[in-house]
Amino acid sequence: MSALLKRRFVDQIKVLFGAEPSKPKEIGPAAQQIHFYKKGNRDLIAEKLHARAHATPSHKWRNRRWATLIFANLLFTLSFFLDIQILEGALTASRFVGFHLIDLNSALQVMLAHKHIINNLLIGTGTVLVLWVLLGGRTFCSWVCPYHLLAEWAEKIHLFLVSKKLVTDQNIDRRLRSVFWVIFALLAVATGYTVFEAISPTGILSRALIYGPGLALLWVLALLFFEVFFSRRAWCRYACPIGLTYGVVGIVSPVRILYKLDGCFHEGDCRKVCLVPHVLDTVIKGRAVEPEVPIGPDCTRCGLCVDVCPTGSLSFDVKGLSKLA
Amino acid sequence: MSEIDDEVAGDNSDSNPPRQPAGNGKPAVSIAKRQTNRRRVLRTILLTGGVLGAAMSGFLPLVYAQKKRLRPPGALDEKDFLGSCIKCGQCVQVCPVSAIKLADLVDGMGVGTPYIDPRAQACDFSCDAVQCILACPTGSLTYHKPDFLPVRPGAALAAKPILIAKENDPEPTLNMHERIGVARLTRPEACLAVQGKGFKGQTRGPDFKGQLRYMTVDRWKPVKVSSHPYDVAECDLCVRECPVKGAISIETVFAPDGSQRKSPVVHEPCVGCGVCEMVCPVEPAAITIEAGEVWKL
Repeated sequence: MSALLKRRFVDQIKVLFGAEPSKPKEIGPAAQQIHFYKKGNRDLIAEKLHARAHATPSHKWRNRRWATLIFANLLFTLSFFLDIQILEGALTASRFVGFHLIDLNSALQVMLAHKHIINNLLIGTGTVLVLWVLLGGRTFCSWVCPYHLLAEWAEKIHLFLVSKKLVTDQNIDRRLRSVFWVIFALLAVATGYTVFEAISPTGILSRALIYGPGLALLWVLALLFFEVFFSRRAWCRYACPIGLTYGVVGIVSPVRILYKLDGCFHEGDCRKVCLVPHVLDTVIKGRAVEPEVPIGPDCTRCGLCVDVCPTGSLSFDVKGLSKLA
Repeated sequence: MSEIDDEVAGDNSDSNPPRQPAGNGKPAVSIAKRQTNRRRVLRTILLTGGVLGAAMSGFLPLVYAQKKRLRPPGALDEKDFLGSCIKCGQCVQVCPVSAIKLADLVDGMGVGTPYIDPRAQACDFSCDAVQCILACPTGSLTYHKPDFLPVRPGAALAAKPILIAKENDPEPTLNMHERIGVARLTRPEACLAVQGKGFKGQTRGPDFKGQLRYMTVDRWKPVKVSSHPYDVAECDLCVRECPVKGAISIETVFAPDGSQRKSPVVHEPCVGCGVCEMVCPVEPAAITIEAGEVWKL
């Protein structure tokens, strides 16, 4: 990794905790050459229009992701409903054919509140940690979390209302998520009670899917209402401590989205569909420090940008391996 | 928005002179931008308040902690239980008689925490091994309480309870060290045994969905209580169906006025499973579980 990319990497971690992405102070010579070449290049503009005209919208990664998300949650439900005992429990803690799996944020809350860690808790947490380090940290959010899917549909309604000029997206300070994380951790330590678990829409929805609906779903509805009429994807973007916990795991994960400067026309379609557009600041004209830049840890690896990119400049990548897609 | 600005700036940078920074070294901020920023701060405060306000509702179970509720076997004391339960429902999934339910928002006992409503479905230990404790990933339900947690006086069982169903097995006991409650004859005047009455028919009626393991029917398969009608000259259903050895018996007692009568009497081995409450034929039950109660001499 070049020194520039290392600096970029540190910036991306800051962005994860809520810092605004900034313009890089220095651009590598190889990237500089591409940036320079692109400026006012008529051929390139012609090519851009051509590619635009022929681009067919793909939903490959979205479909795979939705299928995975629905399958994972269905497996929980069916395991209990049909008593096939493959995946017992809920998203907060479960057993996959006997192996303990425990959600990292829930485990953290319990450890901080109860201050006593039994072996099963440690084993389950360790297994899940390894799993999501391998799979990409916030991959949990977009590929497993049931709230993410509902919020995605709510987002569609929100964007429709925005296009009709009925609502506007009220953005909120992203540092709030880190503040919430700290507040909920401190509350758990101080009160000896897992406060966040009471309002976690992930836990509430997962239990509702498995054990039947309850009134706690009203809180989830309230969140969706807020997202439709006030602030786009507010819970996932500005509040959810689970996302931050998995985001930290994503810092060391080899699975990420890789950006290639070469073919990019800087049209910004990817940033329009992205849940966390601040991770894609690299694609803004003049910001890529190297010809290839990995996207930061706050990225949920949902693949919407990969689907929407007309030039294939964004793709899934495993550090050290050849490309997946 | 920032993107459009950036791209426009990038495209025109050849023809336009570079923008001059404001005198104080910071970029000038327009009035509109400042207003936008202020609104954003207000919205941020709004969302903070909203989420934390909702989170405060999570503390309601602690406020209500005075109101006792029956937790599954092996549960830690209420406050420790609420702190350690990860709300996954694995205890719910392994229970053969579906005695364990998860609390909802309005139950005031912690969203997603397990509880038992013994009148609807008691724990009859038909799993033999207290499966719910085995399933718990965080030690909220535990065979061995960690040393740093105190045992309330009277909560500890004098001996491991002997399960009548496996009395003849090499290991007849349940691996339980503390009781989850104690049964008490709360309405003696309603008790059929106290009145000297018998009972004939289905206890709790034909529509009752509760299940119980009847050793005479099948050791491994609990059946519906409604499928097992009774015909007893003197009602002793609570004693008859109690799964724990020596926990309850019908005794001759003296009433306050000096007269003799029969009455169910609860003894020290009672673990608080609630089978007596479930099978009690009178409505509401004459014998009930005092959740989280300890044994008092």
